[in-house]
Amino acid sequence: MDIHEYQAKELLRAHGVATAREQLAGSSEEARALAVAYGGRLVLKAQIHAGGRGRAGGVKIAETPDEAARIWSQMMGMTLVTSQTGPAGRRVRRILAAEPVATARAFYLGLTVDRSIGRVVLAASAEGGVEIEEATRSSPGSVWRAEIDPMVGCTPQMAEVLGRGLGLDAGLVETWKAMVVRLYGLFIEKDCSLLEINPLVQTPEGALIALDAKMSFDDNALIRQPEIQCLRDASDDVPQEIEASRLGMSLVKLEGEIGCMVNGAGLAMATMDLIQLCGGRPANFLDVGGGASEDAVRHAFRLLLQDAAVKVILVNIFGGIMRCDAVAAGIVNALRESGARVPVVVRLDGTNRAEGRRILRESGLELVVAETFQEAAERAVSLTTERMRQSPGGTP
Amino acid sequence: MSVLIGRDTKLIVQGLTGREGRFHAHACREYGTSVVGGVTPGKGGAVVDGFPIFDTVRQAMSQTGADASLIFVPPLQAAGAIHEAMVAGIGLIVCITEGIPVLDMVRVKRALQDHPACRLVGPNCSGIISPGQAKAGIMPGNIHMPGPVGIVSRSGTLTYEAAAQLSALGIGQSTCIGIGGDPIVGMSHRDALALFEADPDTRAVLMIGEIGGDSEEAAARWAQDHMTKPVAAFIAGRAAPPGRRMGHAGAIIGGNGNGSAAEKMARLREAGITVVDSPAELGVTVARLLEPDQPAAAAAKGRSR
Repeated sequence: MDIHEYQAKELLRAHGVATAREQLAGSSEEARALAVAYGGRLVLKAQIHAGGRGRAGGVKIAETPDEAARIWSQMMGMTLVTSQTGPAGRRVRRILAAEPVATARAFYLGLTVDRSIGRVVLAASAEGGVEIEEATRSSPGSVWRAEIDPMVGCTPQMAEVLGRGLGLDAGLVETWKAMVVRLYGLFIEKDCSLLEINPLVQTPEGALIALDAKMSFDDNALIRQPEIQCLRDASDDVPQEIEASRLGMSLVKLEGEIGCMVNGAGLAMATMDLIQLCGGRPANFLDVGGGASEDAVRHAFRLLLQDAAVKVILVNIFGGIMRCDAVAAGIVNALRESGARVPVVVRLDGTNRAEGRRILRESGLELVVAETFQEAAERAVSLTTERMRQSPGGTP
Repeated sequence: MSVLIGRDTKLIVQGLTGREGRFHAHACREYGTSVVGGVTPGKGGAVVDGFPIFDTVRQAMSQTGADASLIFVPPLQAAGAIHEAMVAGIGLIVCITEGIPVLDMVRVKRALQDHPACRLVGPNCSGIISPGQAKAGIMPGNIHMPGPVGIVSRSGTLTYEAAAQLSALGIGQSTCIGIGGDPIVGMSHRDALALFEADPDTRAVLMIGEIGGDSEEAAARWAQDHMTKPVAAFIAGRAAPPGRRMGHAGAIIGGNGNGSAAEKMARLREAGITVVDSPAELGVTVARLLEPDQPAAAAAKGRSR
């Protein structure tokens, strides 16, 4: 789960990390007043769950209070398309107003879980404002990394080595050490998956200030982090995806026309892949759970039929412990109930598959029962092509 | 022969008194696995469906001689359960639980370093089956048959799909290992390849991977230098968008396309692994590796399925 910059900064301040004076501006008048309070100039930052805001016009500096009010009005409600939002972009619903900070030097400081070594890794670079992947590529020598042993934690010595590597001013080393150790504590305490301060700036007066911050949290751990759960902003989330997750299923909306219903994440991905190999486009990833219970199948049909982009539904269930005859009965019931208006292709394999397919064929429902995975994908793609020809312009 | 589990395996189930644990303890026993008991703290001394229940893994081991544990414990307690089994000195832990916090697994991984004799498979996996001998997992036994192909996979149902495609061609499996879909898991693809390479009854390996991380690439690098047996591989998720988690916590393409299917497939091909483009051709591809002289026959047989 991602949180907004202003929320991350609140957490940072609560853990002793300095930020500029800043707060959300709820109106253009508030933006004007904040500019006055901060000495005339103001930085306005769109709060969306995606990076790359600066280049997309989501971060602006107002030179006067009037300009601050004007920028606020332009920015609020606009749709920002950044390198990370996808083509649909994100609507700006909150604007953070901050006091401009003079910068002598800018650093990157980040903590993340490196899955290939199974450890939390602390990374820092003297090229603040540049993405760490970019810095690693362009000047690998400028990025300092420390792998943290969870039994030991982040020690002040480890932080000091990193700080000296960055060429930090001697007077700042103590502040830096304390900050890095506290940030690691915050990372562990709150079950973070990413904590980035980029840039972390050194002011001409010699203070270290978090100018931007990004935090993400482990979804699996939210159950034990009630305070973090409260920070969720679901306004950009796709309603179908939220609904699926509430039902214990996993759905990701995509750009295509073939609605997929599959049991298990790997098989669900493979189904999308095969559709693509056959020349079609999946409308979604949907894992109804390994077992594919009748309830799950019913809910899944409802979710897929809500999506106007879906021209054909492809059901690919591998029946294991849940036998194919039970799955077939579930599909038939769910389809009768749903009154589906789109063609449905079903591929059932696994335990009792012959019986399952017989139930489907004898249901009297208009559905295509495919014998193989390949045939299912081919039929779904050809049916989609037919439907698109009949009603052109239905989808982009 | 087989790897990790076989006829002699003595399995306990941690969390046997829960709904899932009880169901699958039965299913494993029915398949022929020697399930010697269960562990649920506070319920020691009870007998559930003929399974003796113990308070601790240590007790269960000393009373039954168990050498493997299958874990069905809720996510927030699962890391503790793995740790308990590890410290008790058990040789094999298979953790089915989905949803364990990542930082819990960071600590588990670290603790495993102090117990080098202990192998952890999972979490968030379908478990292990050595067809015709034993299973420690949630997979359906009837789609498998004994034979020469080792399968290692991050995904459950896709492994069933692969096994069923093979079985339909009359090709059995030595052992199928579900290593799990989480970002941090115990056994890696590479560890599994090493086991299959050393197993005299495994003649070819099917490696199933997916987007995210670099477990498949690491395995491919290892295979290039150490594997004498043919390896086929499929990577799920070439149609997946970057930055979105595809069901499995670990199935996500990172910034700059890190861990994308295209990237992985390229690395695997470079290492000499036979990469299968279509998930409908897992079986026929492995058949060709086993019988390189009769590709047409095997392919035709596959299509008739």
